[in-house]
Amino acid sequence: MESTFDFSKITCWFNDLLLGWGLAPWLVTTIECILVGVGLLLLYALLALFYIYFERKVCAAFQCRLGPNRVGPFGLLQSFADMFKILIKELIHLNHIDRFLFALAPYLVIIASMMAFAVLPWGPGLQIIDFNIGIFFLIAVSSIGVLGILLAGWSSNNKFTLIGAMRSGAQMISYELSIGLSVITMVAFAGTMNVNEIVLAQDRCWFIFAGHVPAFIAFVIYLIAGTAETNRGPFDLPEAESELTAGYHTEYSGIHFGFFYLAEYLNLFIVGGVAALLFFGGWMPFHIPGWEGFNHVMNYIPGVVWFIGKAVVISFIIIWFKWTFPRLRIDQLLKLEWKYLLPINLFNLALMVVIILTGFYIH
Amino acid sequence: MITSAIFGISNNALLAVVALLTGGALVALAMWIAGLISPRSFNPAKGEAYECGIPTRGVSMTRFSVGYYLFAILFLMFDVETVFLFPWAVKVRALGAAGITSIAVFFGILVLGLVYAWRKGALEWK
Repeated sequence: MESTFDFSKITCWFNDLLLGWGLAPWLVTTIECILVGVGLLLLYALLALFYIYFERKVCAAFQCRLGPNRVGPFGLLQSFADMFKILIKELIHLNHIDRFLFALAPYLVIIASMMAFAVLPWGPGLQIIDFNIGIFFLIAVSSIGVLGILLAGWSSNNKFTLIGAMRSGAQMISYELSIGLSVITMVAFAGTMNVNEIVLAQDRCWFIFAGHVPAFIAFVIYLIAGTAETNRGPFDLPEAESELTAGYHTEYSGIHFGFFYLAEYLNLFIVGGVAALLFFGGWMPFHIPGWEGFNHVMNYIPGVVWFIGKAVVISFIIIWFKWTFPRLRIDQLLKLEWKYLLPINLFNLALMVVIILTGFYIH
Repeated sequence: MITSAIFGISNNALLAVVALLTGGALVALAMWIAGLISPRSFNPAKGEAYECGIPTRGVSMTRFSVGYYLFAILFLMFDVETVFLFPWAVKVRALGAAGITSIAVFFGILVLGLVYAWRKGALEWK
């Protein structure tokens, strides 16, 4: 913990440097805000491209295929090629759509994932939005994405998109409840909603170990709900290609469709990142009490690597689900949420409160 | 204690606006680039709804199954109650027994609502 590198030293040094040049404080803040924006944009795009490659490789491995291997070494440049290809595709102008809402929908989807993305703690001192209600803010902004999906489906004036959007809306709002309640369980355990403080509270022991049984139940529920929230795996009926062509984004073409694709992969990362933050100690290195040498070596791995590594491992589990379970029907989906996950979640919250008050957890 | 404020900016609302504008800029920028380099060709059939190839029948922006609406209402009810649970969850340790008893009443009403919806058959997909 002492030896993990604090990035706020660099950012504060840069701030002092600019101020030292005699620039006005408002100008310095503007420059820094632009830097933050550019950094976010690059990170967002690069992570999305990495995730597209990662998912294709993992899927290929599950199906005993090779996956992309022609463009660049190990096919690493495949997603770049895909990105350029999608940029040069024609944007088709449709006749009977609601033009304003049709154009607005990708904005909502991307903005929701971008704002949630900015809350994640990347490493010590590397966090952009640090509200004291951080995790609550994250849940709040990520639910704007549902609006974008509903608008996309409705404004396209197509039966496939309408059915896809309605299914997606029902699914996402239902599972948001589970996400909210499992986050409450962990917030009660942490005693704070500030993302940075949640990470620092896991200095000695990650919450999944410290909170043992209720934390583990909350993690499993979070993972199921997170899979449903990103419309993936066994819960992909909003875009069930065998019955709805492509679901809510059937009518979108070219880069317009690309935004939904981008947001879907970023949401996968955000789900993994929040799980890493709440259960696996954010950017905290893995420590085993008593193993001083081991802990010391672990401290040398930067926090950013820990955080991204944890998020990617959790996303791998979510991708794994997709190739393990068959797709659910809409009635099974809603039954799973309302009759199983929700009551279990409420019970789990009560269990967590009992454990907190009796002090029966690892301090 | 690690100060996480990036560049020492303590105004988080400003940073939230920056993230919002970045998201908007990403979409606007990519749309602009695509508009510059993507080809354009006109064909009256392209503007039609994506279906089997024959003109679509009836209206698509139509009323929809009430089942989805019912779940939306249930969600609204439970989500608002979840929002009320958050401030208590932060202060579980400090509020102690008094907090537990008052939240237990609230929690009881929440569970009662779920049981009512369940018994009424609102959770069945029809």
